[in-house]
Amino acid sequence: MTAFIIRRLLISVVLLFFISVISFFIITLTPGSPYPWGELNPKVSEEVKRVFREKFHLDRPLHEQYAFIMRDLLTGELRSIKDERPVLEKIGERLPATLVLNLGALALSLSFGLMLGVYGARHAGRPPDVITSVLAFVFIALPGFWVSYLLAIGLVNYAAIPILGTHTIGVTFANGWEVFLDRWWHVMLPASILAIGGIAVQSRFIRASMIETLREDYIRTARAKGLDENVVFYRHALRNSIRPLITGIGLLLPALIGGAVIIENIFAYPGMGRLGYEAVLERDYPTLVALNFVTAALVLLGNLVADVLYAVVDPRVRLE
Amino acid sequence: MITSTTEPVETVAASPAGRALRRFRANRIGMVALGFVIALGVISLVFFVLGQLGIPWPMDPNATNLERKLLPPNSINWLGTDNLGRDVFSRLLNGAYISLTVGFVAVFVSLTIGVTVGAVAGYFGKWVDNLIMRIVDAIMCFPTFFLILTAVALVGPSIFNIIIVIGLVSWTGTARLVRAEFLTLRESAYVQAARALGQRGPKIIFRHLLPNAAAPILVTAVLGVPEAILAEAGLSFLGFGVQPPQATWGNIIADGKTYILDAWWLILFPGLAILLAALSFYLTGDALRQAVETRSERQ
Repeated sequence: MTAFIIRRLLISVVLLFFISVISFFIITLTPGSPYPWGELNPKVSEEVKRVFREKFHLDRPLHEQYAFIMRDLLTGELRSIKDERPVLEKIGERLPATLVLNLGALALSLSFGLMLGVYGARHAGRPPDVITSVLAFVFIALPGFWVSYLLAIGLVNYAAIPILGTHTIGVTFANGWEVFLDRWWHVMLPASILAIGGIAVQSRFIRASMIETLREDYIRTARAKGLDENVVFYRHALRNSIRPLITGIGLLLPALIGGAVIIENIFAYPGMGRLGYEAVLERDYPTLVALNFVTAALVLLGNLVADVLYAVVDPRVRLE
Repeated sequence: MITSTTEPVETVAASPAGRALRRFRANRIGMVALGFVIALGVISLVFFVLGQLGIPWPMDPNATNLERKLLPPNSINWLGTDNLGRDVFSRLLNGAYISLTVGFVAVFVSLTIGVTVGAVAGYFGKWVDNLIMRIVDAIMCFPTFFLILTAVALVGPSIFNIIIVIGLVSWTGTARLVRAEFLTLRESAYVQAARALGQRGPKIIFRHLLPNAAAPILVTAVLGVPEAILAEAGLSFLGFGVQPPQATWGNIIADGKTYILDAWWLILFPGLAILLAALSFYLTGDALRQAVETRSERQ
């Protein structure tokens, strides 16, 4: 068990190194002007360009640039081009909102995906399965921004579900519980839209995993013993096919965080996705490097936690 | 059910491709989806060719007519007009052409990288495999769409750049798949035999391993097209896609959202187009996967 966790930790460190190199390469290896303004902008003097290059160590060889950026990032010294504030501070402000949105969407994806997938597997090959399968692909194929606009209009006109921001503005709540409810009330719609694709993907994984498990010998044994099909299905098969619930975290999170860039924009939700979009518009390189690095590191952390949890739950994993 | 008498019933086992084809044909959902895919391809090709020949059909997608702006669907403009009086239907066709181009070429790029990387990792194994797969794992941690958005914004949005960036970011799944296939196939008897006969790496890879991994690669390719189409639509919606006046499904919605309460047709139709196109590819790909899956033969 300990050996397994140590091995996982070591691999994570290696991955983190690769993640940092990739984040760094995104800005240095992309062709085009390294400046937030155009290369040939006549209003920018050589002096300003020189100061900029020095500030971001662009006059150094690549490996030194990498070392500088990583040192600044890890010590919290990396600053945004736009407002000169430490990048990690800017990201930290957005982190709680992002976590609420993405974990909410993840929870929805995993739970509804599980239900849809189990339902499909229970009726494998029959009309209910065909219908849920097609429905799953409809969900995957739905462009989130389009659904957002259609829903937003419907909800603004016919229901009192909030479509902007994280909380009701100008209202003082009596206690923390009401503040909490207000936040969840606001995050519900964006999280649901964000989760649509995840639910579908997850249901496909669960369905495939269930159908695979149902072919195992011990299922045949259980049936041969004369056990009720429901017991075989929900107790014997389901428990052994929840692996996608764990692997789903690693597979869904990158898609969710990426999709949140669009959704957060539409719903004026102040998370990391919106920060990223603003940074893209301003060509704010330090923020972009840091955001890509931090989100990838968060996904890595999520994977690590899931792996360890899974090893705790399932003894088969430790043997691998 | 009506059985055709002209087609002889096959009693001997057909080739794997023949079996897969027959199973695909039997899948009604897959056939309908494939029909949509082909129709989409033909229509956008006709639109493109006629446009190149200078025959705007049904209309020039960029011709403005302020006297006919924001008209709901009517007999002349089948799907209405936008705020500059441009024909929405023609613009949707232009969007179809762009989406399909991005979808197919981006998949070609990602497939080339993915197959190469996966083949190298799977064939050579050992530390090469270990190193490559750790890099793949690292790339898979990045939030895909944000990575694409960052890269496109830095290199500048153009159809070429979008294709390259989507291709460069989305090859990891293919690489994993090809590697896994290779690891299994490498140990198979016929590869061992080829090696015993003195065949070298490249020949084994191209003659024995790749052809036998072709089916799952084809499936990922088909399933990759809608991913690229959706990514392009999202980029266009944010203003980092193919630039105006070139019409794409994403930017018709982005432009139309200002008039959302007055001109529903500017939002509804391009969204439906994205949904239908992506869905057709997904369902085709899934039917294909079912048709080539060898596991289902054992059922």
